[in-house]
Amino acid sequence: MTQAQLAQGNDPLLAVRDVSVVFGGIIALNGVSFDMRHGQILGLIGPNGAGKTTLFNCLSRLYQPSSGDILMEGKSILSRPPHRIAEIGIGRTFQNVALFPNLSVIDNVRVGAHARTSSDIVSDSLRLAWVRRGESDMNKKVHGILNYLDLEDVAHTVVSGLPFGTQKRVELARALAADPKILLLDEPAGGLNHEEVYVLGDLIRKIRDDRKITVLLVEHHMGLVMSIADHVVALNFGRKLAEGTPAQVQADPDVIKAYLGSKDQ
Amino acid sequence: MSAAEEVEVVTEGQAVEAVPKRAMTLGYGTSLIVLAVLILIPLFVKNFIIFQMTMLLIYALAVMALNILTGGSGQFSLGQSAFYAVGAYTSAILMEHAGMNYALTLPVAGIVCFGFGFLFGQPALRLSGVYLALATFALATAMPQLLKLGYFEHWTGGVQGLVVTKPDAPFGLPMGQDMWLYYFTLAVSIGIYLASVNLLRSRSGRAFMAIRDNEIAASAMGVDVALYKTLAFGVSAGITGVAGGLGAIAVQFVAPDGYTIQLAISLFLGMVVGGVGWLPGSIVGSAFIIFVPNIAEGISKGLSGAVFGVLLFLVIFLVPHGARQVAIVAQQLAAKLKKN
Repeated sequence: MTQAQLAQGNDPLLAVRDVSVVFGGIIALNGVSFDMRHGQILGLIGPNGAGKTTLFNCLSRLYQPSSGDILMEGKSILSRPPHRIAEIGIGRTFQNVALFPNLSVIDNVRVGAHARTSSDIVSDSLRLAWVRRGESDMNKKVHGILNYLDLEDVAHTVVSGLPFGTQKRVELARALAADPKILLLDEPAGGLNHEEVYVLGDLIRKIRDDRKITVLLVEHHMGLVMSIADHVVALNFGRKLAEGTPAQVQADPDVIKAYLGSKDQ
Repeated sequence: MSAAEEVEVVTEGQAVEAVPKRAMTLGYGTSLIVLAVLILIPLFVKNFIIFQMTMLLIYALAVMALNILTGGSGQFSLGQSAFYAVGAYTSAILMEHAGMNYALTLPVAGIVCFGFGFLFGQPALRLSGVYLALATFALATAMPQLLKLGYFEHWTGGVQGLVVTKPDAPFGLPMGQDMWLYYFTLAVSIGIYLASVNLLRSRSGRAFMAIRDNEIAASAMGVDVALYKTLAFGVSAGITGVAGGLGAIAVQFVAPDGYTIQLAISLFLGMVVGGVGWLPGSIVGSAFIIFVPNIAEGISKGLSGAVFGVLLFLVIFLVPHGARQVAIVAQQLAAKLKKN
């Protein structure tokens, strides 16, 4: 599938415009701009300290950029608090998996649907008819997602006892429950073995294809990024180093230098 | 993570797995048995025991309220006695000064305390863990003095407190005041217990537990952390307020020194003994804080405090997860027996 086929119209789904982040005297991000098109898998790469996580945290609204703007479907997201990001269709996973460890798999995924449902404590306490209806609709959706990600067997297991790879799938399921338009994945390959990484790569691509979800992949694992990304942005020292297809970025002399340099450490 | 901790996590996971859907509640069968016992006992015992059982239910409500806050949303409180006091005084003042029906004063006490808890939750948002415990501790120490203030004396009765009239059984039912109040309290408690179970199983309850487990992840899922944390405080304070109101009616008396930090600590103790996060454990915790001091006194009058301490130590040493742990072990034993 080419990029042109995937793009729906010319407007980017998400636009990062000249974003800078300064912590005290340290410039963590320096005027970074790029666009994400509908249905794209965009890989964001860079050596340690390049600013990947900083950018990721700006997107999930944990950090406020010092300047620049981030637009989702043409509207700035910077005035939104972190808990109002899910409702505009931005879902995320966490670097070292941040599930709700004492809840079952299904309850984790149900929390994922929080932004897509509504209730109040009085109606919830009395379990009013509209609350019951909402819960049963949501449960249908949740079971659909659990089936899709092959998690039905462990639906009622508490997540803290599950293997790491399964926990990663639960996290994906939780993110999908919010019907995201864009999925931010923070180093999904971290902690997985060689084989698991490629299984995960196939899964990410499948999610994009089946659910028309745009994916931002922040990743150290070059093999994964190069095999599934349509478009790659390389950062180093807070600046955008290169941008283009995986092949273009891989051949870029600046990128090669940045990575070889990081290997000297 | 050490090997020992890992084993702990695994066994805990399996233990909870055994009760997948009702991790926070009881099965229907067990609930019905407990309910039957609670309904039948008063028919065979003396009035004083009935009064103690009424107090058992009232403290169980207050322990459950704390359980929703701590077990549900992960926030600590050593200030529950303050909410209990506000509920008790609200009911007492409405009954004695406004002549309101005792039953009607309870929802008012609940709403007043909900508001109080919700407002207190706002500044408490900036605190967590031990710091929140300290802030609530401050609230508990301040409350008895606030109630004694001369400014409110006309309403609160100052140091003297207020005497509350015990209600008679309505519709000419042939039962004494104590028995009627017991069944009334039982009905209120069941209603609140069911509502709490519903709440914790719903979207709001899941939001509480998500915050307890991981605030940042909860926020990324769209949970308004500040709102749900204050709501948890409000709900907890509201239920504690109703318990306070019922307590005032049962004891027939409210006075500032009845609601000291000692009460808050007792409720905290009751929660731990019952099992943090397990609502049915609240009644076991309540029984512990009501009856164990008496048992301790029976063993040694002069050293009752020390005996209580030893008993408490034994409980937390043998069953650190409280009554919940006992229930889980019992359930596993029952399952084994069935297999054989």
